[in-house]
Amino acid sequence: MSIKPDEVRNIAHLARLGLDESQLSEFSDDLSRTLDLVDQLNQANTDSVEPLANPGQCSARLRDDVVAETDQREKLQTVAPNVDNGFYLVPRVIE
Amino acid sequence: MHQHTLKELSVLLDKKEISSTEVTQALLERIETHEPTLNAMITVDNDGALEAAKHADAAINELGGTASAGKPLLGVPLIHKDIFCTEGVLTTCASHMLHNFKSPYDATVVERLRAQGTVMLGKANMDEFAMGSSNENSHFGAVGNPWQTDRVPGGSSGGSAAAVAAGYAPVATGTDTGGSIRQPAAFCGLSGIKPTYGRVSRYGMIAFASSLDQGGVLARSAEDCAYLLGPMSGVDPRDSTSVDQPVDDFVTALDGSGLSVTVDSSGDAPLNGVRIGVAAEYFSDGLDKAVATEVRQAISKLESLGASIVEISLPNQHLCIPAYYAIAPAECSSNLSRFDGVRYGHRCESPVDLEDLYKRSRDEGFGREVKRRILIGTYVLSAGYYDAYYLKAQKTRRLISDDFAEAFKSVDMIAGPATPTTAFARGSKTADPVSMYLNDLYTVSANLSGLPAMSIPCGFADGLPVGLQLVSNYFKESELLYVSHQFQQIDDSHQQRPRGFE
Repeated sequence: MSIKPDEVRNIAHLARLGLDESQLSEFSDDLSRTLDLVDQLNQANTDSVEPLANPGQCSARLRDDVVAETDQREKLQTVAPNVDNGFYLVPRVIE
Repeated sequence: MHQHTLKELSVLLDKKEISSTEVTQALLERIETHEPTLNAMITVDNDGALEAAKHADAAINELGGTASAGKPLLGVPLIHKDIFCTEGVLTTCASHMLHNFKSPYDATVVERLRAQGTVMLGKANMDEFAMGSSNENSHFGAVGNPWQTDRVPGGSSGGSAAAVAAGYAPVATGTDTGGSIRQPAAFCGLSGIKPTYGRVSRYGMIAFASSLDQGGVLARSAEDCAYLLGPMSGVDPRDSTSVDQPVDDFVTALDGSGLSVTVDSSGDAPLNGVRIGVAAEYFSDGLDKAVATEVRQAISKLESLGASIVEISLPNQHLCIPAYYAIAPAECSSNLSRFDGVRYGHRCESPVDLEDLYKRSRDEGFGREVKRRILIGTYVLSAGYYDAYYLKAQKTRRLISDDFAEAFKSVDMIAGPATPTTAFARGSKTADPVSMYLNDLYTVSANLSGLPAMSIPCGFADGLPVGLQLVSNYFKESELLYVSHQFQQIDDSHQQRPRGFE
């Protein structure tokens, strides 16, 4: 499986990773080799096999509908790069 | 002071032959001496550790000892992998993305061990976001293996392993997504246990691949693993995947109490009644000859202790690595989308718009291996490839898990090598990601199936430690610890210390 730099650019956009040209070509090589490894899965006969998503096979646990957490907005925002009056600041989205 | 096991320290603290402050001070000095060579720590919390030790000493005085109070960990120093959130102390996950992140809360593991009175000396180096098998992917630099400092300590819990092997602390926490406790334990001559998926809470443990990640312990003996694992385990309302099932008493299990197999630890055949499976698939191409020899000798020793050795087959073993390198990156790409430069972590300078903010913050914040895995994960989850890669991998995961279920119909646990080779030279595998991924050959299957697994030292090849891996059935950690502990009564590999770090 060969992944071309243009495809890497597309995947990087989906992942919101800004990569420069040299990274695009490095990753195209790395990704191609890794997908060759993953392609070995084709050796497996998985007809009528149910996919296994989680080894715990856990079902969602229910709990009583009571308040468990208190408001810690100020504390949790101490680690944010840019906040104002309890709001996270980002570049303007709507012109 | 640094040579004591957790158990020994606990006894000395109980008898007040030493104080927690004395031990803590001595270990902090030892860390300072060896860090220029090893780089096993990202943060050393001198003040916090001495403060905690002072509190522990006061508590020991008040309670009149640790043992009688039922708090064997009171005053015992330890190191946490820098993946566990620690309130007020830097938690970086070895990434530039979190280089300035002082967690506003404690991970459940950290909270529970603090409640036992342990003293945290600091946070261990690791591969960035736990992605790696050599600890060479850390933003804070590579880590040396105390056995030979130009070798890797393994990864991703490489800092935890190097720290315990060098005597920084008797025990350290780690996490294991594809072998990240067991492989570094093997490379550094330690005992390391990854419990059953769901046994230890993942709350506050920075997520890499949520269906595979599990916290555990690295220590210098199986006995010490038992002491630390108990209080870490158990259901947590904050982690919906933690399992609501009683926690065994791992310490009394060391003598055979409460196991589902009936054993007699007092005689010379303590493993009589234990059936140990050996799979030919674990001894095929790719396994270093010297490692194979040591592992086979260890299996003979288990037999000499009374275990019956049964040949088993794990026919889908060769598909573990391909399945893992689709599933783990897929979950990683999803989990790491949270790092957006908005709520915490690194943010780029002067973003022109929101997309630029996301893209540049993430490009600058993540290292190469992390980006590589995000890209692979995004690819295998993208439209047109989801069925061929991700779904196919999940179906293969079922086959791998079914192999174990079949094997456990006739055996109690499975023994084999933990790693294909001993610790390799730093820089020797960084150019080829696929050769690095093959280090996980024998370990990823336990994560894919969620089974508990352990690596214990079982000999040396060219002066470097070799690890024996034991895998048991769900929630049978006690049996792993019992068998390992009995092995360590007749084998002294775990007592060897690296030269220069005696």
